[in-house]
Amino acid sequence: MRLVARDITVRFGTTTVLDRVSLTLDSEMVGLLGPSGSGKSTLLKAIAGLVVPDAGSVFLDGSDVSLVPPHRRGIGMVFQNQQLFPHLDVGENVAFGLRMRGQRKADMSDRVSEMLHLVGLAGFERRRVGDLSGGEATRVALARALAPSPSVLLLDEPLAGLDRDLHDRLAGELHSMLAHTTGLLVTHDRAEAATIASRVVSLADLAHSAP
Amino acid sequence: MGRHRPSLTALPRWAPPALGALPAAWLAVFFAWPVATMALRAGTPSVDLGIVRFTLLQATASTAATLVAGMAPAYVLARFDFRGRRLALAMVTVPFMLPTVVVGAAFIALLPEHLHRTTAAIVMAHVFFNMAVVVRLVGSMWSVIPHELTGAARTLGAAPLQVARHVVLPLLRPGIVAAAIVVFLFSVTSYGTVLLLGGPARPTVEIEIVRLATQLGAVERAVALSVVQLVVLGVVAVIAARAQRMASRAIAAAPQRRAPRTRRERTLIACTALLTAAAVAAPMLALVAQSFRVGGRPSLEAWRRLVDPVADRSASLGIDPLASMLASMRTAAVATILSVTLGLLGSLAIAAGRRRVAAALDTGLMLPLGTSAVTVGLGMLITFDSAPYDWRSEWWLVAVGHALIAVPFVVRAALPVIRAVPADHVAAACMLGASPWRAWREVIVRRAGRPLLVGAGLSAAISLGEFGATTFLTRAGRETMPIAVSRLLARAGDIPRAQGFALATVLLVITAVIIAATDLPDRTPQ
Repeated sequence: MRLVARDITVRFGTTTVLDRVSLTLDSEMVGLLGPSGSGKSTLLKAIAGLVVPDAGSVFLDGSDVSLVPPHRRGIGMVFQNQQLFPHLDVGENVAFGLRMRGQRKADMSDRVSEMLHLVGLAGFERRRVGDLSGGEATRVALARALAPSPSVLLLDEPLAGLDRDLHDRLAGELHSMLAHTTGLLVTHDRAEAATIASRVVSLADLAHSAP
Repeated sequence: MGRHRPSLTALPRWAPPALGALPAAWLAVFFAWPVATMALRAGTPSVDLGIVRFTLLQATASTAATLVAGMAPAYVLARFDFRGRRLALAMVTVPFMLPTVVVGAAFIALLPEHLHRTTAAIVMAHVFFNMAVVVRLVGSMWSVIPHELTGAARTLGAAPLQVARHVVLPLLRPGIVAAAIVVFLFSVTSYGTVLLLGGPARPTVEIEIVRLATQLGAVERAVALSVVQLVVLGVVAVIAARAQRMASRAIAAAPQRRAPRTRRERTLIACTALLTAAAVAAPMLALVAQSFRVGGRPSLEAWRRLVDPVADRSASLGIDPLASMLASMRTAAVATILSVTLGLLGSLAIAAGRRRVAAALDTGLMLPLGTSAVTVGLGMLITFDSAPYDWRSEWWLVAVGHALIAVPFVVRAALPVIRAVPADHVAAACMLGASPWRAWREVIVRRAGRPLLVGAGLSAAISLGEFGATTFLTRAGRETMPIAVSRLLARAGDIPRAQGFALATVLLVITAVIIAATDLPDRTPQ
């Protein structure tokens, strides 16, 4: 899978958050570094279609998806603070994307247990989201994003707020779980990016620089 | 663990009961006793099922219409930051504070003749009055749903309508249910508005209670009907509160408002704000405009007669608008002093008391609010009717009735502020040499100043507009403004009608000024 973001520009009011940013992912996991407030999350949202850029385009395997709404882009995302649905249990959260595609119940529950097994939470289906620890919630968010088999996975500071030991262990696990995934990991932690991703870039290097 | 030893900085053990004694006695004499008397004096309830059916029908229709009408403003005010947002929120809230007879009069002034005395008129007025309930209760849930949460649903393949159905609505449900229950209860017990807009052909249970007691002299039947209604509404409220607690899911987040980004969002905000402002302003403007018209022509006659009662005596047949203003002011002043004093004592007692006792006092002080005002008035009327408790002709009984309904608002304003004072602040004051009483006064009571001011404003507004209880407690020659408005509008003829609109306008302006004065930005440090 090849994802190309070309000359993405996003303005909120009078502030320019992203100024002609370009990036290419070629069947690889890329770590994107940058200080907080530098527009990393906005770039992810522009790629996902949650923010409509003022200029620029996004291509998936050569076709322009800039005008495709987020629910039809087939791009998965793990959000900061996980953003699990509080009114659904763990299994229902993981099944959400499958349900939106109208999958049959039996297929869904197989896929859900497969995904929960993958992230090391086998048997967690009936748990309440509010009872999960930070690490468990991160794993559920990953399982939820992976369940519908997205073509590209975007991760927005997925390990923020975890304590050091857990952070390092999960970073290692993420590396092996995501080894064959096309994706973009946003973080401000260089070591984390290096552990999980196969290549690390900095947002500052992606911006269009005047000739 | 040994027996609990009171902290040395706490008030002495006898302090909470001493503080709570007066509010408790007040509640016992003016609420519990009348309710008990009603329970004992109730005859066999015989209810016209048509009246019950119409009551439920108009309440159900009002609830559904309010929910539908309130959703768009709730969404816009909860999700977006824009210039004029605070003003828009204040405007939506104003109708809820207006006296019920002013709402009724405003819709008589607004609607064409053929819509007077229709169910549609009642429903429209209830939507106008209750919209704030939906905007506040649903909006408070809506404002904390993170944008990323709906974004997560989008990236998982949910189309906008699917996001609404599978994510937003389930999360809003507790707020929607709560708002529906509150609006339904308010609509069932709505008296002044229904009286003015429904007329005798469309009685609800409240109207029937008053008619039985005051026109037919069938007090026993009226009491029986009130008791049945009280029990039914009480059960509804308890079940609702329980369902509510089970359904609520806390999202720990700050309000998620942001500036609009797309043109569609800006258009949506502008349209909703304009429509809502128009819907809120139209009845009030119509009321003011109609007070300057007599028989279809511009005229100052109504206003002239309002301030010059001598010219008016013959025409208004014993209703003296100027005197009613004075009666209302005096009643409101006494009711405000009563409710602020009792509310402060009650709040302090609740904050300092042991848990069970405090909870009981808290619930007790709230009860009159859950009881319909008509029931409160009827109970007092039949209880204080024989020597040595024959207080029916005492001028202060009306103010007592009003204070009973206003105290809950003072407590709700003051108690959270008092409770929010950290115990360490009291301890620190004690370490600096203050006695526990002094520490309480310096650290806690002084902070309650602002909420008490808000409570005082609410009490005054409630007293000025109170109609249901006053119907039973008012005495000839001492009618308050809402009573005078309802009597003027019940008269035939263009001049009394215009006078009713003029007096309702005065009430509208006074209430608006009080709300504006108490709604000044809060400058207390948190």
